[in-house]
Amino acid sequence: MLTKRIIPCLDIKDGRTVKGINFENIRDAGDPVELAIEYAKQGADELVFLDITATNEKRKTFSELVTRIAKHINIPFTVGGGISTVEDVSLLLKAGADKISVNTSAYRNPQLINDLANQFGSQCIVLAIDTKFENNDWFVYLNGGKVKTETKTIDWALQGVELGAGEILLTSMNNDGTKNGFANDIIKLISESVNVPVIASGGAGTMQHFEKTFIEGKADAALAASVFHFKEIEIKKLKKYLSKQNISVRI
Amino acid sequence: MKVAIIKYNAGNVQSVLFALERIGVNAILSDNADEIQSADKIIFPGVGEASSAMNYLRNNNLDSLIVSLKQPTLGICLGMQLMCKYSDEGNTNCLGIFNSSVKKFDFERQQGNILKVPQIGWNTIYNLNSNLFKSIKENEYMYFVHSYYVEKSEDMIATTNYGIEYSSALQKNNFYAVQFHPEKSSDAGQQIMQNFIAL
Repeated sequence: MLTKRIIPCLDIKDGRTVKGINFENIRDAGDPVELAIEYAKQGADELVFLDITATNEKRKTFSELVTRIAKHINIPFTVGGGISTVEDVSLLLKAGADKISVNTSAYRNPQLINDLANQFGSQCIVLAIDTKFENNDWFVYLNGGKVKTETKTIDWALQGVELGAGEILLTSMNNDGTKNGFANDIIKLISESVNVPVIASGGAGTMQHFEKTFIEGKADAALAASVFHFKEIEIKKLKKYLSKQNISVRI
Repeated sequence: MKVAIIKYNAGNVQSVLFALERIGVNAILSDNADEIQSADKIIFPGVGEASSAMNYLRNNNLDSLIVSLKQPTLGICLGMQLMCKYSDEGNTNCLGIFNSSVKKFDFERQQGNILKVPQIGWNTIYNLNSNLFKSIKENEYMYFVHSYYVEKSEDMIATTNYGIEYSSALQKNNFYAVQFHPEKSSDAGQQIMQNFIAL
């Protein structure tokens, strides 16, 4: 049986992890490679690296980092942040990334999703959507949540999959950082409306939140950052817990 | 030990090269017949679309070369599907090493219980029956990414269930094939790569 995936997310700035992270058994917690190896050991199913600087000058640093990650870890990983052209994607895939995620650039230029899917295959194209609930509906936000659009999230998700996105990474801005749980209503709506996997993001605070997003939200995978970085939740324990709740996970 | 990875137009082989590096093997990437034929082990990887991949292989005479190989040869993902007789993807006649057909996952949509296509993620392999799986336990998890699958067949050496049971690995004489990505399947995947190199 296909398992539900647990995905730690690492924010990268100038080739270093951003958030304060505390693992005793790691020499350099700012080194994304060391952290990635540690997460892989703990049983993470995939990893996501978001380049939050993502300026053109920094792109090269990031692709060199991607190669170092690919050399050292033996689980799949996605990279994202500021990717806006076929050339960007080609560079990152050649560097060793398994998948890439696009967000604002794909919304501004939906043809990009189509071009990427045709050239590299849908399986490596993740459409990341930042969403916020207001005026009784979920809307798409751009530029890391700074720019509001009038597009309903469900409409953009459907269009993105139609264009060739192979997965949806859905982050609820209402929930992100709250540790009050995932936005399971919109996650469920999207997951039941598209036929590609949906990764729930934003709001993880407890192990029960993961359980709920898999059961109520019908998420195929769940992504979190700080609860893993600050060891509030250990991946091994989380998977044991989920397994006890009869949720299929890789242990 | 000389290991060659067949170079063609399907997908990104970087992760296979890195995975081999991690077990101390420096493979070469080649589409040269002499170079491939003189290797001790050959890997036929692939991510992409069946008909364009087969066209490329034919146009570069790699199709007859692959079929004629005598040394242990491992197809991965699309590589496995191309080693079969026929694929529904692009209605493609493939290499015919395995007498199996490749079909698309096609599930009835049931509210609340939707099997997504492609299958992306970790699933189990069982009924393991080959040296390739030495020290691999039944129901070990492997990482899969695919929309097409190989039906159950006489050459099956591992089974997986995603809505239906299908062949997640095949073997016939010197030809081995896996649907999952051992190069991305953590320590167990690495063990399978080591087993292949040790054949």
